Amino acid sequence: MANKIGRVPVREQDPQVRVTNFEEVCYGYSLEEAQLEASRCLHCRKPRCVDHCPVSVQIPQFIAELAAGDLAAAAAVIAQDSSLPSVCGRVCPQESQCEGACILGIKGEPVAIGKMERFVGDWALEHADEMQAADRTAPNGHKVAVIGSGPAGLACASDLAKMGYQVTIFEALHKPGGVLEYGIPEFRLPKSRVVAREIDNVRKLGVKIETDVIVGRTVTIDELLDREGYEAVFVGSGAGLPRFMNIPGENLNGVQSANEFLTRVNLMKAYDNSYDTPVYVGQRVVVVGGGNVAMDAVRTAARLGALSSIVYRRSEAELPARVEEVHHAKQEGIEFRMLSNPVEILGDEKGWVRAIRCIRMELGEPDASGRRSPVEIPGSEFELPCDVVIMALGTSPNPLIVSTTEGLEATKRGCLVADEAYGATTRAGIFAGGDAVTGAATVILAMGAGRKAAEGIDRYIRAKG
Amino acid sequence: MFKILSKELLAPNIYRMDIEAPRVAQSAKPGQFIILRLDEKGERVPLTIADYDAAKGSVTIVIQTVGYSTGKLCELNPGDMIADFAGPLGQPSEFVHDSPGELSRKRILFVAGGVGTAPVYPQVKWLSEHGIKADVIIGAKNKDTLIFVNEMEAVAGNVYVATDDGSAGYKGLVTALLCDLIDNQGKHYDEVIAIGPMIMMKFVAQTTLKYGIKTIVSLNTLMVDGTGMCGACRVTVGGKTRFTCVDGPEFDGHQVDFDEAMRRQGMYRTIESRKAHMAEERAQGHACNIGLDR
Repeated sequence: MANKIGRVPVREQDPQVRVTNFEEVCYGYSLEEAQLEASRCLHCRKPRCVDHCPVSVQIPQFIAELAAGDLAAAAAVIAQDSSLPSVCGRVCPQESQCEGACILGIKGEPVAIGKMERFVGDWALEHADEMQAADRTAPNGHKVAVIGSGPAGLACASDLAKMGYQVTIFEALHKPGGVLEYGIPEFRLPKSRVVAREIDNVRKLGVKIETDVIVGRTVTIDELLDREGYEAVFVGSGAGLPRFMNIPGENLNGVQSANEFLTRVNLMKAYDNSYDTPVYVGQRVVVVGGGNVAMDAVRTAARLGALSSIVYRRSEAELPARVEEVHHAKQEGIEFRMLSNPVEILGDEKGWVRAIRCIRMELGEPDASGRRSPVEIPGSEFELPCDVVIMALGTSPNPLIVSTTEGLEATKRGCLVADEAYGATTRAGIFAGGDAVTGAATVILAMGAGRKAAEGIDRYIRAKG
Repeated sequence: MFKILSKELLAPNIYRMDIEAPRVAQSAKPGQFIILRLDEKGERVPLTIADYDAAKGSVTIVIQTVGYSTGKLCELNPGDMIADFAGPLGQPSEFVHDSPGELSRKRILFVAGGVGTAPVYPQVKWLSEHGIKADVIIGAKNKDTLIFVNEMEAVAGNVYVATDDGSAGYKGLVTALLCDLIDNQGKHYDEVIAIGPMIMMKFVAQTTLKYGIKTIVSLNTLMVDGTGMCGACRVTVGGKTRFTCVDGPEFDGHQVDFDEAMRRQGMYRTIESRKAHMAEERAQGHACNIGLDR
């Protein structure tokens, strides 16, 4: 049967309509659709999909339970390895992970693992009350502090809580979730329906979340260890420091980082006039960059009514964003200007952006990372009129924790030095994982690192006796 | 949630509030600020810390009703709750790191303008506790809008007052009084610390440049998160882009590009006044027929 039917298509909001709202673009599978798709899985004896999932979800097993209609069992299989299935099913770059490795993808289309995980995850959220208290272990009397409530911190905290640790997460912002809350937009990841409920489930494991605590300012790691009785600390503070290009005109009114723009819109809900935070979007928006953050920013700008373009220095083949998001952006009328690099932002007499000057690029030889590096074409400058420029050039880790904690080593790029196996840093008792260690990466990699660190912390505390 | 412990009207439209925030009170140092959010729909508002008491677990803020959020905050009363109160943020004042020897040699003059007088207070108080009596100029429109004069006199060396209309103290701008102190009253200062409206700090910096006196200013830029993740607060200092919330808020006043900082400060003025206007209309029961309020 598996080869007889193609991948079951997923229903989506009409592009013309969705570009005027912030509702989720993809509706997801119904039970019938999910079960039909589940029937395509070949149940390989050596499942390549599992190897390519950063947290090794037992994919064929959960698909089998789904196919048999036992959704609680399917959810339980996923829960062994992932605490955020509704999130990961939506935002993972499956084409380069589980689905990229699916054997069916060689000749046809891979099994829609992400969409099925999302379906099961959403079902579990709907039925969370009935499924409670499955795996709460007796408290073991040890306290662990987790810094940051993004995917790494949530995964680490969940695993530790399941082992019996008393865990407190310290979050600098007023809402937990990290990039799930302030970065990824509502139309890709619904906040109250998905993110808040996934976080509630982490709380139900006994994890405490203290918001408005900026570790390094409100309290230091040493104070947590010496004064507050925590025996180990996990640093999952992410990579939230935005990069700018350092080109002329970058401080004109109308130029902002993608972090600022997305925080205003997602965390502060500036798109809804009943909220107090303003956002300035103008008539024409240019977003510089080609990653997921750039796609999120440009599609958000379009929803706020602006004519919106992407400017990227490489070609479409090199876009680091998820294929599905690039496709969605195109459907929504986003203009893509590839092989173009900004050299200056031009302002009017009052200091507001009026245009961005770019230079055309061509691709040269592959660099050390294997990507062909863009080279300027002399004399090819051109101007794009616009009134807002959003810089989505990537982010680096915030130096606050390293600069206020003795004995924590960081690389030149500000990433914490931590071992691969368990996330142990250069200081005993302090572990780290996620973007704080790798620089900006994916939700699932951060979760994987959080889980490994939970294991490392457990070993560390047991060894101490 | 953070409880309002007390509230006091200091001057027309200027209130002092003590907020219960033990963690912030425990770690606060002079020069730092907090970010608060009133409620679920509120925006994040940065305010410089005006005092703190680690033993009581309270942090003092002083708010002037300048816009929608500050207006709403000033309507709250003791016992009411504020959804979020995060801090302390930013770098403490530079002198906090000085050795006692270095400190004792410094002759410091503070120039405080309007509601900016409040954040000067914990700095002068800290210096007093470390054996330094700093001089302070307090500037205001008139005698009714002067704040913190008595508190300041208790911890400062000399307190000089300047009002625009001469209703109290020196008649004229703080910069003119500053020149008067140096030119006619034989005062010498090694350092000037100015906190107040951006335009006042700009002119204080211009004035002290002529005398060659090192000058620190505390910038009140727009902010969103206040932890360095967005860059809304970026300013140019000495030709380099800096984030006020993590690199500041205090910078060398002679290096700050004030014209750019003031222009960026006004970026949301139109949207904000429109929002405030719509809120007012809504409060009066008016529903916008063309849906501007949705």
